[in-house]
Amino acid sequence: MIPAPFDYKRASSAAEAISLVSEYGEDAKFLAGGHSLLPLMKLRLAQPAVLIDIARIKDLSYIRDAGNHIAIGAMTRHMDVEKSPILAEHAPLLSFAASHVGDPQVRHRGTIGGSIAHADSASDLPATTLALGATYVVQGPNGTREIAAADFYVGFLESALAPDEMLTEIRVPKMNGATWGFQKFNRRAQDWAIVGVAAWKRGTESGVGLVNMGSVPVLATSVAKAIAGGASIGDAAKLAGAEAEPQSDLNASAQYRVHLAEVLVRRALESTSN
Amino acid sequence: MGGSILGNRVLRKEDPKFLTTGGVYVDDLLDEPALLGALHVTYVRSTVAHGNITAIDTSDAASMPGIVAVITGKDLGLEFVPSAYNPAATRTLLATDKVRFVGEPIVAIVSNTREEGEDAIDAVIIDYDVLPALIDLEEAMASSTLLYEACGSNVVFDSMVLGLPDNTGDAYFADCEVVVKGRYLNQRVAPCPLEVRGAAAAWGTDGRLTQWLSTQHAQGAVAPLAAANGVDPSMVHVKTPDVGGGFGAKIGAYPEELLLGVIAKRVGTAVRWRETRSESMVGLGHGRAQLQYVTIGGKRDGTVTHYQLWAIQDSGSWVDMGTILAPFMTRPMSSGVYAIPNIECRTTSVVTNTTPTVAYRGAGRPEATAAIERAMDMFALEIGMDAVEVRRKNLIPKFMTPHTTVVGQTYDVGDYETSLNKVLDAADYKGWRAKQKAARDSRAAKQIGIGVSVYVEITGGVGNGESAKVEVLDNGHALIYTGTSPHGQGHATSWAMLANEQTGIPIENIELVWGDTDLVPIGTGTMGSRSLQQGGNAVFAVAAELVNKAKSVAARLLEASEEDIVLDKDSASFHVAGTPAVAKTWADLAMAEKQSGGLVHSDVINVSGATFPFGAHVAVVEVDVETGKVTHIAHTACDDAGKVLNPMLLEGQIHGGVAQGVAQALLEEVCYDPDGNPITSNLADYAFISAAELPSVTVVHMETPTPINLIGAKGIGESGTIGSTPAVQSAVIDAVSQFGVKHIDMPTTAEKVWAAIQSAR
Amino acid sequence: MKVTITVNGTTHESDVEPRTLLVQYVRESLGLTGTNIGCDTSSCGACSLHLNGESVKSCTVLAVQADGGSVTTIEGLAKDGVMHPMQQAFMENHGLQCGYCTPGMVMAAISLLDENPSPTEEQVRIGLEGNLCRCTGYHNIVKSVLACANNK
Repeated sequence: MIPAPFDYKRASSAAEAISLVSEYGEDAKFLAGGHSLLPLMKLRLAQPAVLIDIARIKDLSYIRDAGNHIAIGAMTRHMDVEKSPILAEHAPLLSFAASHVGDPQVRHRGTIGGSIAHADSASDLPATTLALGATYVVQGPNGTREIAAADFYVGFLESALAPDEMLTEIRVPKMNGATWGFQKFNRRAQDWAIVGVAAWKRGTESGVGLVNMGSVPVLATSVAKAIAGGASIGDAAKLAGAEAEPQSDLNASAQYRVHLAEVLVRRALESTSN
Repeated sequence: MGGSILGNRVLRKEDPKFLTTGGVYVDDLLDEPALLGALHVTYVRSTVAHGNITAIDTSDAASMPGIVAVITGKDLGLEFVPSAYNPAATRTLLATDKVRFVGEPIVAIVSNTREEGEDAIDAVIIDYDVLPALIDLEEAMASSTLLYEACGSNVVFDSMVLGLPDNTGDAYFADCEVVVKGRYLNQRVAPCPLEVRGAAAAWGTDGRLTQWLSTQHAQGAVAPLAAANGVDPSMVHVKTPDVGGGFGAKIGAYPEELLLGVIAKRVGTAVRWRETRSESMVGLGHGRAQLQYVTIGGKRDGTVTHYQLWAIQDSGSWVDMGTILAPFMTRPMSSGVYAIPNIECRTTSVVTNTTPTVAYRGAGRPEATAAIERAMDMFALEIGMDAVEVRRKNLIPKFMTPHTTVVGQTYDVGDYETSLNKVLDAADYKGWRAKQKAARDSRAAKQIGIGVSVYVEITGGVGNGESAKVEVLDNGHALIYTGTSPHGQGHATSWAMLANEQTGIPIENIELVWGDTDLVPIGTGTMGSRSLQQGGNAVFAVAAELVNKAKSVAARLLEASEEDIVLDKDSASFHVAGTPAVAKTWADLAMAEKQSGGLVHSDVINVSGATFPFGAHVAVVEVDVETGKVTHIAHTACDDAGKVLNPMLLEGQIHGGVAQGVAQALLEEVCYDPDGNPITSNLADYAFISAAELPSVTVVHMETPTPINLIGAKGIGESGTIGSTPAVQSAVIDAVSQFGVKHIDMPTTAEKVWAAIQSAR
Repeated sequence: MKVTITVNGTTHESDVEPRTLLVQYVRESLGLTGTNIGCDTSSCGACSLHLNGESVKSCTVLAVQADGGSVTTIEGLAKDGVMHPMQQAFMENHGLQCGYCTPGMVMAAISLLDENPSPTEEQVRIGLEGNLCRCTGYHNIVKSVLACANNK
């Protein structure tokens, strides 16, 4: 339960963080809240030689109304996302989803940037920001670029971040009065979702993200397409599994996961949350 | 003037310490002089479920930083030790030839720091010749691949070995109008005390071994420690720090603990050991793991005439206490609260390539209760009668003198129907049935399920009594020495209440000594819910005798005859009847006795037998029919454990017991893959129940005193678990019986419930 | 690596390995053994303490991450022998048995009430989802927290 030994560096700016990670390459991992990385290191499933602590970089924790989107600094903690009045008004699906991450102690430390960069399909915020059509701002040695959430998750725990890039901001489009629902189906309250759904709807526009329905967070495009084509919520929800490749594991079979996704997508689009 | 303290909600005197500076558990002993400079022990464990060890290479590990020694069983010359319950099964405390479960300790690393020990684990190279892993119980029973060749079979214990007959099969039910069969899995669970195992060992210059042990029974560890260390038991001193829960799994000492003294001697310093939770999930004994074949038969009018149970017990990979719970706990309690005239029960215990099973809260009795309660429900469903009415029809009527069941168990006193009535009333059973009907009629998305259990269990079945010593000091304070071993049950408060009741010495001036085998050499520990009825009983009796001794001292000092001496409990002093102004305090008497051994009395007080707490539970669940998800929304428990000493502590035991029982019904299960790899070996994967999954519990008090001991008390520690599990399982099945579902095995996960609905429709 | 951490009002300068967990620092370097370790997957909450005024699982925080910060452990709650209202509530409502989960539970509960001073029973149960107890069945823990909330 004790991590393997590692060297520890602190970055005081994004530029310094990038310069450090360029120097150490694959041996280094960024440390933000540490609540995705440290549990893996304690079980020795991850053994980076160098940790670059980016949590003290000033001005990477913020939530700002930026006009047509809300800009969230990557170091913003889940608890702050949960409690944000700006997000409550403009992206309540996200703040509600954040309130379901882990438990209160986890939310006092874990960050939205850390969660997204970790790219776990079983985490709540990757799928939620994916459903909301978010853009992630990424900084590297050659400057910044924006990556659409739909292009960000490329494989199991694998994101489009280059080894020498750091996530700095998450841009979430304003929901503009869309109805929404968030369904996290688990065994116990503190557990990861067996299946999770983040969904919003505004007329015939919608976005549905699925948690733990494949090796990457899943955007249920067939559902959105059906809604756009005038299908009822009930009919559209039956397409929930179309883009998914769910696994069978300790907690559920793939077949049951598909069934759950259909039920939970319907409920989420009907604006029921649990 | 001041009434009896007994029966009052006295707050715990232990609490200020636990709440401010915290308990001092074995891993907190930082300032213990004998352990300064102690090295750390880390065990390397088998990653293979069944195999022959072909090579162990410790050289890389031995050269890592901070590593003092890397030790194998061969290095220690370990000899094969037979199981107490089947001597043909033998093992070495560190595996030398064969491994039989993932997690079995093979190598001991001794290091300066704990980190360095953990760093060296992967550097120990162990080669195995992998054998087929026997995980499925029935497959193991029939297999010719044997865990212990000398046993001749993987069946290591059977009730027939005790001379009990085999079950007679279906012919037993020839005269029954109705016959129902079931196959129930009482699944393997993990006890999960919040404090994992830990111990420390140091040899004194006097050649004695002092061992600190997180245990439920220090005195019981002396002989095995002596044997493992090759010394006389008089050379072993066991000390029990605060213990963070045990639940049965910390009754016996484990190989990792038994070897610490051997390791300490080899490296020449004291050693400490503390496992990680992941190690504990495979190394601490597991509970339950019983497969049950049940047949129940009777008449259409609801009378049950025949019941047959074959309990197949998973021993795990050793023949430990878990092996014998089925014949000695499940079988004797197989009839439950029912006056069924014909009962057969056979038990068969089988080894498998899994963690050994041990006692776990209820230890054999939850299994017995779950089987008969499930069977009664299935019988009721078959004849279309309400499950409560079927129970009522078959209950043993109230008895205040011993009642012997057809399986040969003699219960002390029982009033099952009253407990059933009380719980139904308190739970508003009728109201819930009405809500259930409304939900069914409206085809609501969430359906209501109601489960009722009626149970009896055996407590105080371990030990014949207990030791107690009560000593009054010069300042009038008292020390109680008890053979029990509290780990959360509040004995420091409870035994102080009992001593206060007899002596008048204030509770805040009474301290408890336990778990130190030099100070308390005789003791049977805390297990099987025996402590109050045997340990408290002894304190009560010994304190009374001390009062008699004190009176004779007072008589001497006051120059009166003993019969004229009065103990005024309110002032904790003695005077001659009629002249209360001239009094001697306890302190006075203690000082007077100082030269002649002090004011103390010590004895072992026996009781005439076990006691049989009983009760009834009502559980209400909500089932989301579309997903199968179960929410436990209400729980009412009526548990009669005889005379209640401290209702606050009693309720705490019921709450805790219920939580573990509910956890088994709804959530928890230890799982292995077909190769014997554990897949629930940490608290993220194992569904250890949290506050968010549980309702508050409505406790209904009922006291039917037992004549077995002075206090009239039975044990309450396990009743909550025994009564709650079947009630909750029953409630889940009740919620979906409307769809044709007849049975769902525990834990009733959402997918299982959903699948049951699909296949029944 | 050198860290400066204020614990229960006293500032300590210490040399730690980067991999030293905050819970190890508190227990082993400072001898404050009230905070306990119950698991290795950040599941049980026995290690909960306050970092900069909020409950955290100290097994999932490196001591170096707490550098410059302020920590309160169970030992730092009572003032001049007077228990914190949450400690008092746990005692009055039999909110502990073996005591192993208790320090973490109390610290988590205090933080819960700081953020939600008048929670419902359900909010208390969900708010303590990250704190496991095997002895009490949670009934009296919930009762203790609600009693503390009502006494404020």
